[in-house]
Amino acid sequence: MSGFPADGLGPHAGFILASYAAVVAILGGLILSIALDHRAQKRALAALEKRGAGRRSDRVNS
Amino acid sequence: MLKLRRRPRDFADDMASLIDLANPTRFMRFSAALLPWLAGVSVLLLAVGLYLAWFVAPADYQQGETIRIMFVHVPAAWLALMFYTLMAVSALGTLVWRHPLADVAQKAAAPIGACFALICLLTGAFWGKPMWGTYWVWDARLTSVLVLFLIYLGIIALWRVLDEPSRAGRAVAILTLIGFVNVPIIKFSVDWWNTLHQPASVLRVGGPSIHPSMLWPLLILALGFTFLALALHLVAMRAEIMRRRVRTLTILEAERLDRLAAQAVPA
Repeated sequence: MSGFPADGLGPHAGFILASYAAVVAILGGLILSIALDHRAQKRALAALEKRGAGRRSDRVNS
Repeated sequence: MLKLRRRPRDFADDMASLIDLANPTRFMRFSAALLPWLAGVSVLLLAVGLYLAWFVAPADYQQGETIRIMFVHVPAAWLALMFYTLMAVSALGTLVWRHPLADVAQKAAAPIGACFALICLLTGAFWGKPMWGTYWVWDARLTSVLVLFLIYLGIIALWRVLDEPSRAGRAVAILTLIGFVNVPIIKFSVDWWNTLHQPASVLRVGGPSIHPSMLWPLLILALGFTFLALALHLVAMRAEIMRRRVRTLTILEAERLDRLAAQAVPA
C-alpha cells in the first residue's frame, strides 16, 4: 500500500483536489437535475390523470 | 416416440424482445426493475475503485500523486465518447428504423455525455498545468474533445428550440450523425498528429502499458462510472417518456375544455 493519506498529496494537491471536486460538483448537479426532472414529470402526470385528462371522452370524435 | 424439443433461441427471438422493449409501457416496467440493480452495482464499484485509486495505487514514478487525476479523467473521456456513440446509434434508430424510444434515448443521453466531456476537459486542464506547465494547448486531442463538448451543447440547444418531439428528433438525429465524424478523430488524433497529449495507454495494440496496480482501479472506476451513467440514462429516459405523456394529456385536456366552452356558448 502506498499509505497515501499519511504521505499527503504532494506539491500538486490543489490540482488533484480540484479535479475530484469538479467531478463531485458536475455529477452531483447532473444526478440532482435528472432526479428533480423525473419527480416533476411524475407529479405532473399524476395530477393530469387525477383530473381525468386522457380519458376516452377527451379524444375528439370518440 | 416423438420427443418435443424447445426451439433454440434465435436472432428473431432476440429482435422480438427488443421490439417488446420499444413499447414505452414495457420499457417503464423493465427500467423500474433494473434501476436499483444498476445503481447498487455502480455505488459498489465506485466505492471499491475509489478505495483502490486513493489508498492502494502507488504514486507514478514521473507524475507523482497527480496520477490520481487519471482515475477520473480517463473514464470521463471514455464515457463522453460512449454516450456520443450511443446517440449516433439512436439517431439511426430514429431515421432508419423509426424505433419509438430512439429519440427518447438520444435526448436523455445528451446532457449525460456533455457532463462527462466537461469533466474530461476540466480534469485534463488540472492535470495538464502541473505536468505540461499549461492548462490548455490547442493540440488535436484537446481541441477535438472541446469540439465534442460543443456538439453536445448544440444538440441540447436544438432539442430545446424545437417544440414538437418527433420533428426535433429527426433534426437532432441528422446533426448527431454529422457530428459522429469527430469520434474517430478524437480516438486517433494522438496517432495522426503530433500532440502534447500522450498516446493511448489502455486501449492499444499490444495491450495496456499501465502497471496493474493502476490499471485495476482505473478499470473498476470506469465500470462504476459506466453503470452510474446508464442508471442516470434510464431515469432520464423515464422522465422524457412521462414528459411526452404529460404533453399529450395536456393537449387532450385543452381540446376537451375548448369543446365544453363551445357547447356552453348559446347558438
